Amino acid sequence: MSEERADQSESRDAAHWAAPISKLEVADVPSGAVSLNVEGRHVVGPLQGFGQLWQKTYRVQLTGSEASPDDVVSHLKQNLPEYMPDNSRFYPSVTGVEPGEVVLINATLPGVPFSIATGVMVLYSDDESFTLMCPEGHPESGWNTFSAYDEDGVTVAQIQSLARANDPVFEFGFRFMGGAKQQERIWNSVLTRLADHYGVTVQVETRKSLVDNRIQWSQAKNVWYNSALRSVINLPIRITRRVLKRGSSA
Amino acid sequence: MTETKVTMSVRSVSDSASVIDIQGEITSFAEDVLMDAYTEATSGGTKVIILNLDGLEYMNSGGIGLLVTMLIRANRQEQTLSAFGLTEHYQQIFELTRLNEAIKIYGSESEALAAANGAA
Repeated sequence: MSEERADQSESRDAAHWAAPISKLEVADVPSGAVSLNVEGRHVVGPLQGFGQLWQKTYRVQLTGSEASPDDVVSHLKQNLPEYMPDNSRFYPSVTGVEPGEVVLINATLPGVPFSIATGVMVLYSDDESFTLMCPEGHPESGWNTFSAYDEDGVTVAQIQSLARANDPVFEFGFRFMGGAKQQERIWNSVLTRLADHYGVTVQVETRKSLVDNRIQWSQAKNVWYNSALRSVINLPIRITRRVLKRGSSA
Repeated sequence: MTETKVTMSVRSVSDSASVIDIQGEITSFAEDVLMDAYTEATSGGTKVIILNLDGLEYMNSGGIGLLVTMLIRANRQEQTLSAFGLTEHYQQIFELTRLNEAIKIYGSESEALAAANGAA
């Protein structure tokens, strides 16, 4: 292979990918966010999780809007936290949605009476898409891609998830505790609100495909990092710290 | 409308292995081309599909997703995927996305073929 082709290849998409990493690092914790279950974790893709592998695609046609795909993705990068519901708060770093950056997430799950703390890494980001990859302990093992493209002169905004439940606890939650439905509601809501921003009232189109129906039993050990369990274990520590902090500042 | 910017051709290199030569860009728009190539590569009962990524010019996260779904499809048929011709950059992408844990990467076609024939 020629060196010229290699250089050309690296210059075209290299800047859009996160740099090689061993483990995630959280540089600064945005105000209001709980940073837990992210620092020191490896990222996990669609091949590393426990549960069935689903590809879910949500899309809206922004008919009548003059926004280009670049406009939509730029807007989404800057405003994604505002589009997320209160039960799934995103906290990007000060750098924003850039390759390699960590986005902290504090969320509640159906049937779980406390919030869980986790996060995602920006795996890829260009003008027309960005992808968030999950760490060990996240409910999912895989990634979500937010994108926009032109389809017959109409800008389409899309969210596509390719992921498995990370461990047996989350697989049970997704299948039997309403977790999957909650997730679908969240992405539907994000796209509906995005469309509303552009003055478009539209139904979100959803397509779900069971890519791999097999359970990866060897990955059951992932439960060691389960962010829900670790969040509840850590809760008394966080409460104590909060009380002590209030006491020292009184 | 975004055009597909990739071509793929299939070569049968042994009784058990086929090579898919990829030239261009692997993005989500390459899905039909990639799946057609996979179907052609496996039509003769091939057990090992070798991806020649020497001609890969650009790949985004959508493209990696396609490789994952093709891998799952291959595994369901008890086939294996391997690859050669990756630049250091794309090897790093495979490591970052942990695709390298399921798709073996070789330094050359002959190495990939030797491994395929050894496994047959």
